[in-house]
Amino acid sequence: MKDIREDIAWAKINKDVLGSLENPRKLYWVILFCAFAVFGVGIGCEVYQYQTGMGVANLNNPHVWGLYISTFIFWIGMSHSGTLLSAILHLMHADWRKPIYRFAEAMTTFSLMTAGLFVMVHIGRLWQFYYSLPYPDERGIWPNFQSPLLWDALAIFTYLSSSILFLYVGMIPDLAICRDHLHEGWRKKLYTLLSLGWEGTDRQWRNFRVTYLTIACFLIPLAVSVHSIVAADFAMSQQPGWHVTSFPPYFVAGALYSGCSGIITLFIILRYVFKFEEYMTKSILKKIVRLTFAISMVWTYLNAVEFASVWYSHDQASKDILIQKATGTYAPFWWGMIFCGSIVPLTLAFKRTQTSIPVLFAVSLLLNLGMWLERWMIIAPTFSHGYYPWAWDHDQWPSLIQWGMVFGSFGWFTILFMVFCKVFPSVSMYEVKEMVYHRSLHLKKSETAEQGAP
Amino acid sequence: MSQRHLLALFNNFEDAEAAIYELRAANIKGFNFDDLTLKSPIEHHEVENILGQRSAKVQWFTLAGALMGGLLGFFLISGAQANFYAQMKGGKPIVPLPPNFVLTFEMFVLGGVFISVLGFLICAGLPAKRSPLYSAKVSEDQIGILVKADESAMAKIKGVLLNHEVSEIQEEAGK
Repeated sequence: MKDIREDIAWAKINKDVLGSLENPRKLYWVILFCAFAVFGVGIGCEVYQYQTGMGVANLNNPHVWGLYISTFIFWIGMSHSGTLLSAILHLMHADWRKPIYRFAEAMTTFSLMTAGLFVMVHIGRLWQFYYSLPYPDERGIWPNFQSPLLWDALAIFTYLSSSILFLYVGMIPDLAICRDHLHEGWRKKLYTLLSLGWEGTDRQWRNFRVTYLTIACFLIPLAVSVHSIVAADFAMSQQPGWHVTSFPPYFVAGALYSGCSGIITLFIILRYVFKFEEYMTKSILKKIVRLTFAISMVWTYLNAVEFASVWYSHDQASKDILIQKATGTYAPFWWGMIFCGSIVPLTLAFKRTQTSIPVLFAVSLLLNLGMWLERWMIIAPTFSHGYYPWAWDHDQWPSLIQWGMVFGSFGWFTILFMVFCKVFPSVSMYEVKEMVYHRSLHLKKSETAEQGAP
Repeated sequence: MSQRHLLALFNNFEDAEAAIYELRAANIKGFNFDDLTLKSPIEHHEVENILGQRSAKVQWFTLAGALMGGLLGFFLISGAQANFYAQMKGGKPIVPLPPNFVLTFEMFVLGGVFISVLGFLICAGLPAKRSPLYSAKVSEDQIGILVKADESAMAKIKGVLLNHEVSEIQEEAGK
């Protein structure tokens, strides 16, 4: 099974990808309609919470974060695989990334934008969202630079802006293709503006190559730092269940895991909706699936490390939280997390399932459900079974308003992502051409070598 | 003597490279080899073997940006923390290095990435106006060689290009 056919004409690559901008399958509009509907629910819930107060979310002491911060972490995690995998695979010269990295990077950007919403939403007073930014107060006193929450604000800003630049710089040659080959209209004006007059000269390519590589080198440690800092939000506190040394690598692995599952889901959707069967091939899907399986096992291992270190640590409060997770109010969700995160991915070990689209679609959704549950199970049990005994009978179930906003965030993400894929090429045309060119050269060389062999 | 531009389109890199090689070897009067530009739909760094090493200086911007970002981050934070009359530290270090490293690192990356992109735009000459001769085929599947030379050299250059299965030649008067 080949990653891509070596004999695809370059003009056909342009035609197919540019065609996706104009004529997607009808399912595209169905998805967009559903996304708007779900987003509308989220907006409705936010308006109601804004008008009425945070009480309608059923957020109160001790559950002050609820689903909002759980979902914030989920979306930050989702953002990880796109840019991180794109950058790592670029440095490793893994050319199979070329047809899929663009949408993965877009996924990163839009996940971060979705995550940012929850920071505002959980404050309640939306107009005071700037409280989360580092600036000095009227007495000239700066916030505490030793707080991981402040690190979070800067790390996420750095990651979001760098990811947007990485996505944009990598897209400039394709924007020039769109400028040259699409009909007159607003699109052409947009592409002309964004392509900055790119003409593919040797000078432009030379500087492009160095810049892209440089940003990729920066993004790898940056992505690791972002989720380590999110982990530090918890691990640097003294709360039982959070004060765990292995949290940063655990969070990074979890982020990569959910990001990879997200890539599988979106891969399958885009492949069908934009008729990319020739570029997003099953062979490439198989490689992502194998990667996801490997990461799922790392995540499972880190879970086992965490459970074992808590169990044998003689820290009774942390141990109680672990017992509470496995047997208390949240037990169905905690076991659901273990099932979806550690048992379901075992299906990916079988060759038959690695290329079965319906199975992979279902599995990728279950994996992400598991990863969302993981974030909820980090937050809620500690709040309901922390050091204060008064909190122990406060199992506050999230209200429909919270659930509505969580669902709404999926609608918001889908709108951003689907609109992006309709306006900008979601498969990198010039990189697929490079992939086809280098593979055909390699094929020719090996054929010549075979013919020349005695 | 007035200068003119000429754009030759080729179907593949082999022919384009052979033409460039011959143009360099021909040593045509009125044509400076550095005025030759290759335009291609994909990056083809092998062409540097013929064009010669034309260096990219983006990495210097990166270094400057990263250092500036890191230093700015560290001194901004330390400066704020050093305001210990306003913020009592209770015997703890006024400028604690381990937590400050985190934000310094973030600012290091932020500066590095932003200034790299700025450096890219400067070094690649972007945003740019359309060059005198441009064909949309270059962004599809054709390899273009844009040559700037004296009018007197054009005939010889054209002759060289025609030796190498050029698919199309466009000519225009230069500025």
